[in-house]
Amino acid sequence: MSNIDRITGTALPLRGDSIDTDRIMPARFLRAITFSGLEAHLFEDDRREADARAASGEGKPHPFSDPAFANATILIVGANFGCGSSREHAPQALFRRGLRAIVGDSYSEIFFSNSVALGLPCVRASRDVLEKLTTAIESEPSTIVEISLSEMQLTAGRERHAISLPPGTRESFLTGHWDATGLLLREPEAIARVAERLPYVTGF
Amino acid sequence: MPSTLLQKVWDAHTVRVLPDGQTQLFIGLHLVHEVTSPQAFDMLRTRGWRVSRPDRTFATVDHIVPTRDQRRPFGDLMAEDMLAALERNCREHGIELFDLKTGRQGIVHVIGPELGLTQPGMTIACGDSHTSTHGAFGAIAFGIGTSQVRDVLASQCLAMNRLKVRRISVTGALGRGVYAKDVILEIIRRLGVQGGVGFAYEYGGAAVDAMTQDERMTICNMSIEGGARVGYVNPDETTFRYLEGRPFAPRGEAFDLARQWWASLRSDPGASYDDDVTIESESIRPTVTFGINPGQSVGVDERIPSPSEVSPDQRASLAEALEFMGFTAGAPIAGTPVDVAFIGSCTNARLSDLREAAKIVAGRRVSGRVRALVVPGSQTIRQAAEQEGLDRVFREAGFEWRGAGCSMCLAMNQDRLDGREICASSSNRNFKGRQGSPTGRTLLMSPAMVAAAAIAGEVVDVRRLFS
Ligand code: SF4
Repeated sequence: MSNIDRITGTALPLRGDSIDTDRIMPARFLRAITFSGLEAHLFEDDRREADARAASGEGKPHPFSDPAFANATILIVGANFGCGSSREHAPQALFRRGLRAIVGDSYSEIFFSNSVALGLPCVRASRDVLEKLTTAIESEPSTIVEISLSEMQLTAGRERHAISLPPGTRESFLTGHWDATGLLLREPEAIARVAERLPYVTGF
Repeated sequence: MPSTLLQKVWDAHTVRVLPDGQTQLFIGLHLVHEVTSPQAFDMLRTRGWRVSRPDRTFATVDHIVPTRDQRRPFGDLMAEDMLAALERNCREHGIELFDLKTGRQGIVHVIGPELGLTQPGMTIACGDSHTSTHGAFGAIAFGIGTSQVRDVLASQCLAMNRLKVRRISVTGALGRGVYAKDVILEIIRRLGVQGGVGFAYEYGGAAVDAMTQDERMTICNMSIEGGARVGYVNPDETTFRYLEGRPFAPRGEAFDLARQWWASLRSDPGASYDDDVTIESESIRPTVTFGINPGQSVGVDERIPSPSEVSPDQRASLAEALEFMGFTAGAPIAGTPVDVAFIGSCTNARLSDLREAAKIVAGRRVSGRVRALVVPGSQTIRQAAEQEGLDRVFREAGFEWRGAGCSMCLAMNQDRLDGREICASSSNRNFKGRQGSPTGRTLLMSPAMVAAAAIAGEVVDVRRLFS
């Protein structure tokens, strides 16, 4: 597995707190036995609503519909992003759309760990920094943003900002150990020893 | 040193500490359903791995099952495909599947406890965020994503960060017409939808001690709506009595030994908590959500707040909620007309929930403007309810009586809202689009309150319907 340190590209700013995974990927698109093609349905209902308004002259189209952000690599979000359902379909679809990192105020735990398992770092930045970034990128979508996990810095144009990530998670990206399965399978005897000590496994 | 149940269970299941500081945790029970597992089985196949402990893995089908006509093949071809994939995967790996033919099918978080699979002191994982439900038995139960489902299938382990513990004591006794659902809605209202991130919630206090296992499950179920991935109650006599005689519970001498072990896991007096919150039962009333997340709720006799009344970080989300719902700040929630009444879901579709709702419904008629349905949590519950004649009570009042499944909780089958319909729902999420219509609106409340709304055709205080 390859290590992840620098992520560079344009960004896609998405305003709002507590954006849940039902909104990121409505349940009707979970009716499938693979993840393929999911990216086409990201924010489908939110997009339809915002785009219809924009068409009638009210507000802007949804950022996920806006061609200016079509090739974005970095997603910028608010607080409690990815709350609600544990559906991995949400981060899977974001990843399949080409997004390779998320910067936000905070994340739901399940969304965060699902994203780690895909190699999609979810880093944190302060509210102020997020507001600045969002405004700057909304007015200049071609701004190149770079995230460095080794330096814990985010660069946007000439500005540099501090970002954070739990040290263990950061280490696992930097060393290429973010997919846990290999590690979990490494010591089968240790697993067996724990199982044998558990009364409910042995039948009391 | 005195410790919490979380610490004891965590330590008993720790395989080792991984290089990144996470714990490799043995998972005692893995529950599988049709939506989040097929991709995990595919990943296993790609890497040539087998399921490590099929004996500790159980499956059922719940999210996509039709609740009206359940004959196979399903009319809905995609649903048929998903169930067929689950059947194939279970057969290939020797996993027991509670499908429609078994009489034991139902919502995964309902059947685990009902069959006695869920027991105190276990670590439990399932590819579903409401796995926290099982914590009502003093288990540590996590919702996980599909890659982690793969991890558990392959290794029977998860890599997890240790959680902090917040003790939530609910003191006193609940008033009449106030239910476990109101307690958890109040907790989420006070602590916020992300207040629990990083925490396990330990629920206790006189009100929780007095609760049945069904009620405790309702509370633990919605921990995740408050941001807490794990919620639990210390196991006690109520828990042990519930488990005795269940199909997968230990029997005879083993049960007595189990009971001793279970009791030893309770949080010790003097255990230290990372946070402590007390809520007085007397302050809790029948509660209704008015917004687009489960923290946006008011007492049924209160008014919908205006953005100037809430903290600055909640203003934008409140404004968005009012706009989506088409509600006016300052308006009372009571009297809001409803189009659909849904009694179902892993939060509130157990036998006791149906009994409470039936008490309200008995001898009354569903309002002419309301489409009302009852979807029992499992086939076992459905059958038990029919034996008591509850189906007749609901049918005579004008409710539809359906087969078991998730149904309109997330609308992956044919049961869904149309257009901007407003649904009084006993489920757990009022997110935009959750009940199948992108513009549909959900008001979360207790099953008795849903029953009352169905009769009145609008949100009413259930206490007014007690004779
Ligand atoms: S009833 Fe609703 S919340 Fe519960 S498992 Fe089914 S879809 Fe999820």
